[in-house]
Amino acid sequence: MNWLTRSLSSSIGNKLLVAITGIGLVGFLVGHLAGNLQVYLGQDAFNAYATGLRELGPLLNILRAGIVLVAIVHVVTAIKAARSSKNARPVAYAKHTRVVSSGNSHSMVRTGLLILAFVLFHLAHFTWGLTHPEHYKLVDGEGRHDAYSMLVLGFQSWPVAVSYVVAMFLLGMHISHGIPSLLQTLGISHPKYRPLLEKSGPVIAVLLVAGFVSIPVSVLLGIVPLPEGVL
Amino acid sequence: MKLTLRVWRQRNASEQGRFETYEATDVSPDMSFLEMLDVLNRDLVERSEEPVAFDHDCREGICGTCSLVINGVAHGPRKATTTCQLHMRSFKDGDTVTIEPFRATGFPAVRDLVVDRSAFDRILQSGGFISVNTGGAPDANALPIGKAEADTAFDAAACIGCGACVAACPNAAAMLFVSAKIAHLSHLPQGAVEHEQRVVRMVHAMDGEGFGTCRNYYECEAVCPKEIPVSFIADMNRGYLKAALTAASD
Repeated sequence: MNWLTRSLSSSIGNKLLVAITGIGLVGFLVGHLAGNLQVYLGQDAFNAYATGLRELGPLLNILRAGIVLVAIVHVVTAIKAARSSKNARPVAYAKHTRVVSSGNSHSMVRTGLLILAFVLFHLAHFTWGLTHPEHYKLVDGEGRHDAYSMLVLGFQSWPVAVSYVVAMFLLGMHISHGIPSLLQTLGISHPKYRPLLEKSGPVIAVLLVAGFVSIPVSVLLGIVPLPEGVL
Repeated sequence: MKLTLRVWRQRNASEQGRFETYEATDVSPDMSFLEMLDVLNRDLVERSEEPVAFDHDCREGICGTCSLVINGVAHGPRKATTTCQLHMRSFKDGDTVTIEPFRATGFPAVRDLVVDRSAFDRILQSGGFISVNTGGAPDANALPIGKAEADTAFDAAACIGCGACVAACPNAAAMLFVSAKIAHLSHLPQGAVEHEQRVVRMVHAMDGEGFGTCRNYYECEAVCPKEIPVSFIADMNRGYLKAALTAASD
């Protein structure tokens, strides 16, 4: 297996790991958004979805372990790539003009680390129930974990809603460069399709961000209301 | 034209460099950038000062010897133009022009604006050749090659190995150069034979020279005087992945 470690530790191998794990994370985002949008179907449907996820049991844990592993590899390999680049130019230019590269492409490490910090807060809030234990303990009329009310109460808090919206914009910046970049890294490029592939990043980013941001906005506008009798 | 030049001066690789400011008076808009530096050097010599060392050879835009980062852009402000083909009419009277060497670990400093680009030669030596015996010159069209393939190979072969891609890359990555050198061989039947070994060897040699990791900023493509497209980098990435997974050895 010498060839495997040697290939993966090369500059291109490292980039491939960033790209492949990036696909995994975008896939997770799509699935997560599809699940969360069920909040528009009301308390019963959303709690049924949340309970259904929990009832996956060992499969859920395998999925969770998988996404954690993917995220760790993504962060470690991306930081390794950024570090190698720093070592590659020890004396900085007095003047270095960006001719074509976007601000998003230059802020990948910064946006990535901020998103990571947000994800930890987000997990502490909704998955581990650490930040708002009183919301986490709620149960609905059928005795299920009331994920719907937890979500609505969470986003009725302005700091939570604002931090969520800000994090989603950072995520949008990150993936609008990330998606075309991972396609290039995987060698998916063709003169005919290049404009299309390069636009795929911003388009997917806008769709995902709009979907995620709509939820706290809808809560604050009362479109997704708190059920009667909660709290 | 009058220009203020901020020029990087560095006696040798071990000494710290610094900027010196020179006033260039009497610059003709018809001079090339290198001719403007020749005049500066003549003035420096007349004042018994050390002339500014810079690389140059053909001065026709085809050899890849000239370099320089001019106002933050490798080979200066004109697209698809080497420094030797850049003319002073691209600047305005009274401009301040900052002139720096190509900066990268893979291109160690030699003196002033001269850097050592022999890392590129060593990368080529690791695999940028064909070792099949091609015999004597074949009859024309004895070996049919499609027009599109021939054009792609020629587009890649237009690379003059100047290193502007490395200089412009925020990561000081050499992937545009290496991918062009791989592509101009892999698109032709004689070169295709050793494609897998070539990709692996040249990528590992590139990493060994201390160049950074490409993160798809595409600054290289924007400054390349021969307009080599980054699609060659995608081809190299794909070729490396395939070779890593399927090549019999190394």
